[in-house]
Amino acid sequence: MDLINNLSLGFGVAFTAQNLIYAFVGCLLGTLIGVLPGIGPVATIAMLLPATYALPPVAALIMLAGIYYGAQYGGSTTAILVNLPGESSSVVTVIDGYQMARKGRAGPALAAAGLGSFFAGCVGTLILAAFAAPLTEVAFKFGPAEYFSLMILGLIGAVVLASGSLLKAIAMIVLGLLLGLVGTDVNSGVARFSFDIPELTDGIGFIVIAMGVFGYGEIIQNLSIKEEHREVFTGKVTHLYPSAEDFKRMVPAVLRGTTIGSLLGILPGGGALLAAFAAYTIEKKTKLKPGEVPFGQGNIRGVAAPESANNAGSQTSFIPLLTLGIPPNAVMALMVGAMTIHNIQPGPQVMTSNPELFWGLIASMWIGNLMLIILNLPMIGLWIKLLTVPYRWLFPAIVLFCAIGVYSTNNNTFDIWMVAIFGVIGYLFIKLGAEPAPLLLGFILGPMMEENLRRALLLSRGDWSVFVTRPLSAGLLAAAALLLVIVLMPAIKNKREEAFVED
Amino acid sequence: MKIKSQKDFFSGLMFSAVGAAFALGATTYTVGNGARMGPGYFPLMLGILLAILGAIVMFKALVVETDGGDKIGKFAWKPLFFVIASNVLFGILLGGLPSLKIPAMGLIAAIYGLTVVASLAGERFSLKEVLILATILSIGSYLAFIVLLKLQFPVWPTFITG
Repeated sequence: MDLINNLSLGFGVAFTAQNLIYAFVGCLLGTLIGVLPGIGPVATIAMLLPATYALPPVAALIMLAGIYYGAQYGGSTTAILVNLPGESSSVVTVIDGYQMARKGRAGPALAAAGLGSFFAGCVGTLILAAFAAPLTEVAFKFGPAEYFSLMILGLIGAVVLASGSLLKAIAMIVLGLLLGLVGTDVNSGVARFSFDIPELTDGIGFIVIAMGVFGYGEIIQNLSIKEEHREVFTGKVTHLYPSAEDFKRMVPAVLRGTTIGSLLGILPGGGALLAAFAAYTIEKKTKLKPGEVPFGQGNIRGVAAPESANNAGSQTSFIPLLTLGIPPNAVMALMVGAMTIHNIQPGPQVMTSNPELFWGLIASMWIGNLMLIILNLPMIGLWIKLLTVPYRWLFPAIVLFCAIGVYSTNNNTFDIWMVAIFGVIGYLFIKLGAEPAPLLLGFILGPMMEENLRRALLLSRGDWSVFVTRPLSAGLLAAAALLLVIVLMPAIKNKREEAFVED
Repeated sequence: MKIKSQKDFFSGLMFSAVGAAFALGATTYTVGNGARMGPGYFPLMLGILLAILGAIVMFKALVVETDGGDKIGKFAWKPLFFVIASNVLFGILLGGLPSLKIPAMGLIAAIYGLTVVASLAGERFSLKEVLILATILSIGSYLAFIVLLKLQFPVWPTFITG
């Protein structure tokens, strides 16, 4: 069995004392920052990235995976306890999770989120391991035309799932693509849009954009909201473990959530958000058992299902990244950036050239999930304490971590001036109701898209029809067009708007 | 003509302006043709696309009714200014500004500077509290980033360490 061989290779790599410690530290730090209100996983990962610079690549990736899961789990914790979704995919968790917390059942809600996520993570890891190898085979058949079309599909997928205006989301992607082109053009050596600033010839750092837009932009926005609007449930987390009754209800919800999440996560465009929404909708449609609390008033299924769905989804969203090298969402885009810093170019070649890294990473994802359970459930009290720290002490610390993180990327104060500019831009985006996640995705994909477009057209001698005459490429483009048509259909369009307004 | 959605109108304006600027900038590089793309080709294409998208967003903002005009609302100038200023101050204190002959003061001074200025963005400000916070952050950052992670930072002012 290939799968078992591969996984045992992976676990062999991941189960060294050193790597376990990195996974542990990553989870701990990720949760620590992720639990802070108003800090989503993107900002968390960007902020903690410098902590991995000094490590060897395998250890760094393992720690990053830990940070990623920690950040996600931290986000759910804030969603349940503070009524603040740290990221879009925990938006639905807020609905029932917060109601449970208000009724003094924050403990079971947090446990349901944690246990559900862990189960979903295990399944997701298995799927990832099983699908990675055959998909990599497919990836080797991809030429530049296919890659270009795949990126179009991914970007369209990302906007379809973004909340708010479709048109604005597409515009944000294009803006991101353009920002990604700043710097030296690899083919001609011309420094584009660099205004003769030497630092800009290397391009704008993705950390600068992530921190400025996601970190500073959101801090400024949070500060403009008066403090008393926040209500934190802290003293009421008494017993953590769900009752037998809770378990009976949770289990089918977790199973359903995991299935939906695993399927939707593979879709380019970041299925985690869609998965959480879909899982919640399905739970809402199933009949209430006698004596069960209605949805929207603190039903445990309303926490367990979306949380397992989004975790399964975020797990399987590693598939397009690891096999094709295409990030399906903003968080994965950040992971690409992180990998390139460690000199790993994500894509099909990683699996063959660096099998211990590839399978080690997959194994460490599972370990990351396990760490979360054994680390976070007992330590939940500590995280809750963190939430009682007044925001006026927290935000200077967050600003500081952002600044230190930005500086340490290149040890250059130029990045600090850039992050200031992007902080202002990020706040402007929030005020204008333009979602920044597609921008980051476009930013990472910009140079890749240009390169593949160039190569495809060079091979076809400038004939654009190459994108539709090659069957794989045509199929991908058709899928993208279909996605667009579906969301633009009036019936679906209204539903989509409803779904995003509901929160 | 009345603006029916302020947010959309101004985001459309922003997209169009930025798109046009990129497109215009791209024409200063070799554009080339499809088979042999110059460095200007892709940005020119995207810039035009962005400008068009922006125009559509603006047009829709003028035509489609929204509830209450979709106002942008007041800008939070105070947090905006102090958060950004604290960040800039951090950079100046940490690395200095050779062009203005400002020496590098190092990480610890930069942390104090950042914490004090950033705290001004909040609703309440008490210097004593802020100084305690800055001290905690300094010690914590020193241990975490310098001792543990061994990141390369100038920690103390250059005129002390030389």
